Amino acid sequence: MKAEFDVRYTAGLARLNLSEAEIAKFQSQLSQVLEYVEELKGVDVSQVEPTAHANPVFNVVREDEPRDGFTPQEALANAPRQANGLFAVPKVIE
Amino acid sequence: MKNYLVTIGLEVHVQLKTRSKMFCGCPVEFGAQPNTHTCPVCLGMPGALPVMNHQALKMTALTGLMLGCTIPPVCKFDRKHYFYPDMPKNYQISQYDLPLCLGGGVPLHQLAFPKDVQKTVANPDKVIPLTRIHLEEDVAKSTHFDASSGIDFNRAGTPLMEIVSDPEISSPEEAFAYLTSLKQILIYGNVSDADMEKGQMRCDCNISLRPEGQTELGTKIEIKNMNTISGVRRALAYEIERQTACLDRGEKLLQETRRWDDASGQTSLMRVKESEADYRYFPDPDLLPVKTEAIVAEVRPFVPELPATKRARFASQYGVSAYDAGVLANDLPLASYFEKAAANARNPKNVANWILNELLSSLSNTETGIEACPISPEHLDELVNVIDEGKISGKQGKEVFAEMFATGKAPGVIIEEKGLKQESDLGAIEALCDQAIAANPKAVAEYKSGKLASINFLKGQVMKLSQGKANPAVAGEVLAKKLA
Repeated sequence: MKAEFDVRYTAGLARLNLSEAEIAKFQSQLSQVLEYVEELKGVDVSQVEPTAHANPVFNVVREDEPRDGFTPQEALANAPRQANGLFAVPKVIE
Repeated sequence: MKNYLVTIGLEVHVQLKTRSKMFCGCPVEFGAQPNTHTCPVCLGMPGALPVMNHQALKMTALTGLMLGCTIPPVCKFDRKHYFYPDMPKNYQISQYDLPLCLGGGVPLHQLAFPKDVQKTVANPDKVIPLTRIHLEEDVAKSTHFDASSGIDFNRAGTPLMEIVSDPEISSPEEAFAYLTSLKQILIYGNVSDADMEKGQMRCDCNISLRPEGQTELGTKIEIKNMNTISGVRRALAYEIERQTACLDRGEKLLQETRRWDDASGQTSLMRVKESEADYRYFPDPDLLPVKTEAIVAEVRPFVPELPATKRARFASQYGVSAYDAGVLANDLPLASYFEKAAANARNPKNVANWILNELLSSLSNTETGIEACPISPEHLDELVNVIDEGKISGKQGKEVFAEMFATGKAPGVIIEEKGLKQESDLGAIEALCDQAIAANPKAVAEYKSGKLASINFLKGQVMKLSQGKANPAVAGEVLAKKLA
């Protein structure tokens, strides 16, 4: 069974502009990945609880204690543009 | 013209009163200078790892308990992907398929409805069922300028609780009552101040209309940008009118998001939803799942007496009317004030009357909150008791009250200073009654001919002669005896 991967749609979600050649290349590569995942579906996991983690660890929390982080200068150090202590970005219109 | 059925569902975002952010230790402080509370985690820097705020989990679980939700044994956090400058890591940490709370409901009550419809609500005690409550992180605050937008990350990563109702709200007034009731409960639980004008509670409305008789729901339209509860009501009323007009003209509504403009009282199109947003949710590998049992056990003792229970108790314990109990319980600090004042009162109902009439109007005239009330509850109790014992008249009581409100002095001190004492001495009152009878033969004759109300006029004259100091009850008795 050949799995289809919608490269155009996924590239759109990731805001990637791909050329036709790239789309064809990723199409075949990602389809192979999907085929491999299809193979995994053959394993019997009926007795296994679904999890996103390898270790059964729960409730890793911190207490609600504030502490200092960056100074505003440090926070803005990587900003391509800044104004009045704000990160300045191209205008976003909703 | 068809009749349309209105279906409304609300998504309410609530800022929790934690001291630090949801996944990092940056302080939560509103109104701070921009970008003064940031760190690698809430700026979304590569490699920074989030750690959950225990208190935020507890507050959400407490909200779930207050609203009668089911709290499943395990919840987890997921990544919701989208691109926007207010979210630098390009995903928001939220909860997708295993939220902290499921089900539950928000009970409405008469006084939660807008004042103009309170008396005519058909079903004031309706319970609006909830779908779920989940916990997520807030995004940064954007400010839009002419040519660019500015981003302040102080709010980014602060804990945000999202409460989603079932689409079971059927009018703008019910939506108003839902938000008012919900806000009261959140304040009772001390999980949020829930002030919409400060953005501590934000609301997105989904509304659809369908012709009567149709079972399938109409096109869902989302409204954003309301910042008061009455704004939500007006926005929904506007939308019902607009959508009704469209449907009557035979137009087809498109699934879209609209923005409410409070100044013009209209909604306008923000964007049409062409396709269901694809957020590519998946479990956040940086965060481990949460077992809720211990958290629920920790917060269970903190479930407060809820507004409905308090209203019922005020009515039964203190004998105040259902309406007065509602007004008192609507505002938690006011309810506490009342309980302190009523604790030793001879007649708690009178204490409630003084609070609801004199005190509330004085507070509102001076724009003072109950927390800063110059009259302590103990002093108010003392004043009401002095009046109930007949030591001063109700009219004198108002004078003393005004002085107490202005100076914060104890009523006993003011009564002493002003020489206010109600005249209950029988001899003195008899003399005044004789004077009044002699001066008003017409009223006396009327009374004797059967117009019993004339005695009130005579009583008024006695009060006047005594400069308000006579005990009106005693004066009435003496007059009746003399005229018999």
